[in-house]
Amino acid sequence: MSKSIDVSDVNIYYGDFLAVQGVNMSIRAGAVTAFIGPSGCGKSTFLRSLNRMHEVIPGARVEGKIVVDGQDLYGPGVDPVAVRRQVGMVFQRPNPFPTMSIYDNVLAGLKLNAGKLKKSEADAVVEKSLRGANLWNEVKDRLNKPGMGLSGGQQQRLCIARAIAVEPQVLLMDEPCSALDPISTSAIEDLIHELKDEFTIVIVTHNMQQAARVSDDTGFFNLKATGEPGHLVEFNPTKKMFANPDDPSTEAYISGRFG
Amino acid sequence: MTTVQEVQERVHIPLVHPRLPRTAPVIVAGIAVALGLLLLVLGMGLVPAVVIAAVAHLVVLPLWSVFVEGRRGATDRMMTGLIWATFLVAVVPLVSLLWRVVAKGAGRIDGTFLSYSFFKTQVDQPVGIYHAIIGTLIITIGAAVISVPVGVMAAIYLVEYGKKNKLAKAITFLVDVMTGIPSIVAGLFAFAVFTLVFGPAYVSGFGGSVALSLLMIPIVVRATEEMLMLVPDDLREAAYALGTPKWKTIVRIVLPTALGGILTGITLATSRVIGETAPLLLIAGATDRTNMNPFDGAMTTLPVLIYGQNLRGDAPAEAIAWGAAFILIIIVMVLNLVARIVGKIFAPKKG
Repeated sequence: MSKSIDVSDVNIYYGDFLAVQGVNMSIRAGAVTAFIGPSGCGKSTFLRSLNRMHEVIPGARVEGKIVVDGQDLYGPGVDPVAVRRQVGMVFQRPNPFPTMSIYDNVLAGLKLNAGKLKKSEADAVVEKSLRGANLWNEVKDRLNKPGMGLSGGQQQRLCIARAIAVEPQVLLMDEPCSALDPISTSAIEDLIHELKDEFTIVIVTHNMQQAARVSDDTGFFNLKATGEPGHLVEFNPTKKMFANPDDPSTEAYISGRFG
Repeated sequence: MTTVQEVQERVHIPLVHPRLPRTAPVIVAGIAVALGLLLLVLGMGLVPAVVIAAVAHLVVLPLWSVFVEGRRGATDRMMTGLIWATFLVAVVPLVSLLWRVVAKGAGRIDGTFLSYSFFKTQVDQPVGIYHAIIGTLIITIGAAVISVPVGVMAAIYLVEYGKKNKLAKAITFLVDVMTGIPSIVAGLFAFAVFTLVFGPAYVSGFGGSVALSLLMIPIVVRATEEMLMLVPDDLREAAYALGTPKWKTIVRIVLPTALGGILTGITLATSRVIGETAPLLLIAGATDRTNMNPFDGAMTTLPVLIYGQNLRGDAPAEAIAWGAAFILIIIVMVLNLVARIVGKIFAPKKG
C-alpha cells in the first residue's frame, strides 16, 4: 500500500556544510510528486534523505522529522535498512548488478533480504515486476541473459522492476530519464502513470515538461544565493504551479528566465 | 587585410606527404642484420655485434626518414624502434630462461622422477623429487589458507569500512612497508616465533607457511583493495536502496563483482611465494624423506631442493635441479592458467 510522507523542518548537512535548509512539505499517498530546480539546489540530496540513503556518504546527516505512516524515519532506534525496504529508489544512471542475469536482478532485493524463495513464487514475482515495469515482452525469452546486455532504457526499467519487486510503499526516482533517449523516457513516463496507483512516487527531474506531464504535485527548490543552502521555494499542485505559481522566482524558473 | 593570394595559399594544405616505402623498416633491418653478421665473421663477440646492429637500425631508419618524411616522421620511426627494442630486451631473457629450463629439465622428467623421493632403502634405488613437490604444495597451500582470508578481509575493511580514516591509513602504510620486507626477514620472524613457542631446533612445514604468508598477505591486500575500489558505488547504493544490510551488500554484490580480479591477485601472490627459498631454509629445513605432516618435522620444497642440488654440483644433482626447476615453472604456469580461466568465468558478463 502507498503511504504519505510528512516532512517538517528538515535540514540536511554534508559534514559542517548545510546543503538544504528548513524543508516542510506533505507528500500525498498514491500521487506523483516532482521536485524541480536548478543544479546543486539540493533536490537530489533531499530525495536521498527520504530513504536514509543520504547518510551513506561519510559525514552526511539529517535533522528534522520525516514521518511515513506515522513513524519518524529519523527517530531513535530506527533501522535504516528497514526504512529502505519500505522506501525504494531508482537512480539516475541504470545500475543493474553486473554479475546477475535479468531474472536474478529482479529478484535481487527479495533474495538478498529474505533468502530462499520457491521457484514458482520467484517466477511469479519476476513476471509481475517485469510486467509492472513494461519490460516483460522485451525480455521474457532471455531472462537468463546478463542484465548488462540490455539497452540503457531497458536497464533503467529493469532497475524499476527490481525496485518494485520488494513491494515498497514509496518509490523515489532520481532523474530516472536523464540518461535515456526520448522513446525510453516516454516508456518510463507511461510506467510512472501506471505505478502511481500502487506506490507513492517522488521524482526529481531537470525536465520541466516531464514534471508537468507526470506529476500531481510539484516542489520547486532553489538556492537563496550562491554558497547559501538550498530551500523549498514553493510546493503546490502541478497544475497551479505551471499556470499560476505563488512565488515570482518559480515563475521565472518555469518560464525559462533563469536557471 | 589578407589578400586573395594569401587566403588561397592558406586554404590549399597538401594532404599527401612523401613517405618511405612500406618495406623500409624491413630493408633497414636486413642491412643491420647483415652488418651484425659481418662483424661476427670479422671476429667480434655475439653481444657487441647484436648491440651494434640494433643501434645501427635505430639510427639509420630515422636518418633516412628525416630526409624523405621530415622531422615528425623521423621521430615516429625512432620511437617505434625504441619501443620495439625495449620490448625485445624485456622478452628475450624470459624466453631464453624458459627455453633453457625446458631444454635442460624436460629430459629428466619421467614417472620415477615424479614418484620417488631422495630417501633410499636400497643402494641402487632411483631418486626423484616427489617429496619436494609434496612439500611445495603443502607449504604453499598452507600459506594461501593463512593469507587469503586475512588479506581479503583486511582489504574489505580498508575499502568498505575504513574509508580513509586514521586506522585505515596506518594499515595501508604498514601493508606498503610489508610489501618491501626481504623474504629472509620473514623467515627469521617465523623462525624466532616458533623457536620461542616450541623451543630450539624446531622445524616444520607450517612454520614455512607462516613465513610465506607474511610475504603473501600484503600482495593479496593490495590486489583485493584495487579490485574492490573498482566496483562502482552505484552498485552499493542500488543494494542499499533495496533494503540490503551492508555486510550482505559486500558479500553478495561487491565481492562477486570483483571476484575475478581478486582471484587473479591471489594467484599472482601464490606464484610469487611458491619460488621462495631463503625463509624455508630457516624454518622448514630440508629432508630426503616425504613428509606429509606440515606440523612436524622438516619439509623440502622445490626451490630448496634446487638450491641443495646446485650446491652439490655433480652432474646427476644438476640434472635433478633442472628437472625440479622445470616442474616448478609448470606448477606456476598451471596456477596462472587456472587464475585466468577462473577470472573469465567470474568476470561480469555482457550481452
